[in-house]
Amino acid sequence: MEGFIQVGLFISLLLIGYIFGRRAEKKHYQSIIEREDQFRHIFVSTERLPSAEYVRHDTQLVSGSVVISVDYFKVIIAGLKTLVGGHLTAYESLLDRARREALLRMQQQANDIGAQAIINTKFETSRISGNANKSVGSIEVLAYGTGMIAK
Amino acid sequence: MLISNIEIIPGKRVSNHLGLVQGSTVRAKHAGRDIMAGFKNIVGGELKGYTELLQESRQEAVDRMCEQAKAIGANAVINVRFSTSSITAGASEILAYGTAVIIEG
Repeated sequence: MEGFIQVGLFISLLLIGYIFGRRAEKKHYQSIIEREDQFRHIFVSTERLPSAEYVRHDTQLVSGSVVISVDYFKVIIAGLKTLVGGHLTAYESLLDRARREALLRMQQQANDIGAQAIINTKFETSRISGNANKSVGSIEVLAYGTGMIAK
Repeated sequence: MLISNIEIIPGKRVSNHLGLVQGSTVRAKHAGRDIMAGFKNIVGGELKGYTELLQESRQEAVDRMCEQAKAIGANAVINVRFSTSSITAGASEILAYGTAVIIEG
């Protein structure tokens, strides 16, 4: 009897994770694509030094960060996948979402302070452990760079 | 205090180089937020509480770095970098470091 309850709990967690996780991801991607269009005018680059057109601009540090959690379904799928190796698509999309979101928040901040471009963009990813025992739990992505503001 | 992560300030000259400055914070997670996070780990999605927490701590690390820079007489910190590491389960250190300089012009 106890075994049944455990299996039932596992399957329902898996289902909840699948349904809600899918929905959250779909919604998130939709909003990412919308906002990427909206902020396309803010030029983001990884160049270390400003190009000639930005030499007379003011500078200010801008950053954006986000913490995104995995869902239960992804944890299980990834756990199975690590047995056979290969791409962990479940985590790839998670990190992709987090990184694009962080970039968008950085662009949002740049937009708020009136910057036209961001140079020397750097990413920083860290894991927030301790929630779901040994699994990934949640990840934080930080994007930062120098915003160039016209005088 | 001017903070930037590029090596030069456009249109300004670095007159004095004062060396490395840094600021860091170690933050523990909040038990209440952790329960919510545990729930979110099942359904997925953004953990707004943690995003805010980390943003606050990062701001504090930057503030501490600025204080240190001010104490040695700098008016700008350039080439700023961030670094995050988890020390134990439930606590993470956030470090901000850069080069303190005096700029003119």
